[in-house]
Amino acid sequence: MDLMVIDIWLIIEKLALVAIVVSISLLIAMYSTYAERKVAAYLQDRRGPNRAGPFGILQPLADGGKLFFKEEIIPLTSSKFLFVLGPALAMITALMTSAVIPWGGTLNWFERNISLQIADINIGVLYIFGVISLSVYGIMIGGWASNNKFSLLAGIRGASQMISYELAMGLTLIALLMLTGSLKMSVIVEQQINGPWNIVYQPLGFLVFFICALAETNRTPFDLPEAENELNFGYHQEYSSMKLGFYLFAEYIAMFISSAIMATLYFGGYDIPFVNESSLSASIGHNLVTILGGFALLLKVSFFLFVFIWIRWTIPRFRYDQLMNLGWKKLIPLALFNMVITAVVILLLDK
Amino acid sequence: MQALTDKIKVLERKPMTIGERLYLPAIIKGMLITFSHLFKKRPTISYPEQKRYFPSVWRGVQILNRDEEGRERCTACGLCAVACPAEAITMEGAERMPGEEHLYKEEKYAAKYEINMLRCIFCGLCEEACPKDAIYLSQTFAPANYHRKGFIYDKQDLLIPHPIEEPDRYKQALGERATALKQKAKTSEEESMDN
Repeated sequence: MDLMVIDIWLIIEKLALVAIVVSISLLIAMYSTYAERKVAAYLQDRRGPNRAGPFGILQPLADGGKLFFKEEIIPLTSSKFLFVLGPALAMITALMTSAVIPWGGTLNWFERNISLQIADINIGVLYIFGVISLSVYGIMIGGWASNNKFSLLAGIRGASQMISYELAMGLTLIALLMLTGSLKMSVIVEQQINGPWNIVYQPLGFLVFFICALAETNRTPFDLPEAENELNFGYHQEYSSMKLGFYLFAEYIAMFISSAIMATLYFGGYDIPFVNESSLSASIGHNLVTILGGFALLLKVSFFLFVFIWIRWTIPRFRYDQLMNLGWKKLIPLALFNMVITAVVILLLDK
Repeated sequence: MQALTDKIKVLERKPMTIGERLYLPAIIKGMLITFSHLFKKRPTISYPEQKRYFPSVWRGVQILNRDEEGRERCTACGLCAVACPAEAITMEGAERMPGEEHLYKEEKYAAKYEINMLRCIFCGLCEEACPKDAIYLSQTFAPANYHRKGFIYDKQDLLIPHPIEEPDRYKQALGERATALKQKAKTSEEESMDN
């Protein structure tokens, strides 16, 4: 056994993949701010940003530049280390989830099978949940370190929101995992490529998962942190400059990642719909099919991103008690119901 | 209570049905409404490229008129300043010297003529007061400026371009209103001649 042999090419390959995935996540997050503004404008019969570059496509760069050049204020009474740690943590946890998502199949280059998944760990779904739970810390630490009553309240509010919706999210996933029988992301996608997508078996589960994803990413109708006029802004009230930018940006990355998770778990991941992959790869080559699959995943992700944005500009914000009511009294029973039904059906069919 | 109109619709407050309590149908309906707006025509006018049409009766920024040979019409009589309810107009008169006949139409002219655009309410009373057809309100508005100083328009800002030296810019500044006014003046002249 050559367990101790270090495969240098594997490390290089994985490092390159990490760099690519992170930069693509950042790029897509950047352009989802642009998409957000553009879609918002079009839904409201406006034109949206169209001055920076053709169709305003340089707008995200201009926004980023603006945030970088703004005055950086760290409140005197704040806990400085934690104050900086908060947005960093929010950003890191938002990005870390991308490690276990299979962005595509395998590429055959230089006689190597390069997997387009950074880490194909056997507890992929659990890893995602662990990291998403960690993002509560970014919020809590930011709110706490600001040394401001409103920030602290908003931090607690945000944390309790995330924790309560994580419950329902986890319960829907249990139903999904009973179906797939594996926590490995690549296996889940593989099953969907060979059979129907999981959404067919789990429509209710997907609905609950989707609502929870909205709450997890602090998107409308659960975007209490953004309620500056009625709730005094959120946990990032004391933040300015790029630290605020990081908090806001982390939301978009989380949006991208949760879209990718939804596409992977329920909508077949990198499966090209209505196409038989194996026969296609025989005709146009394995690598091309892999790349096409990656694009299919990105398309699904952009559809979800659009839905996120679309919902934001349609539905008004929930009140805090309504938010908690929905989470605890509606979604958790629904998810439990879904779980029990799935279990019964699986037992009856003796799958 | 007696109803004032026959348009009153009495609504029954029933408890919500299951469909209504689910909220999802209503949410989907709302989302379809917003989605339909993606394809609607946008009323936006992209300003520097496209400009809104101002009608000929638009009361925009003032213009000091010249006659056909390019001589200034203003005689600094001060009637516009008197008529101005916002007291935005100040002027200083001067006497035309020999050899300046090609510059000024009459013996007296405005050596200094200023309108404070921050005070002006664009009522058009100066135009109505002017006996010499020397000032009128054009079809453009006063552009933005970084300083208050920039809003005090002096004679150079207000004067219409020279009709002979810069005929294109003159025509542009003239707009539709001046021609309409001329026609109006002509018809009123004819009417007075008829009387």
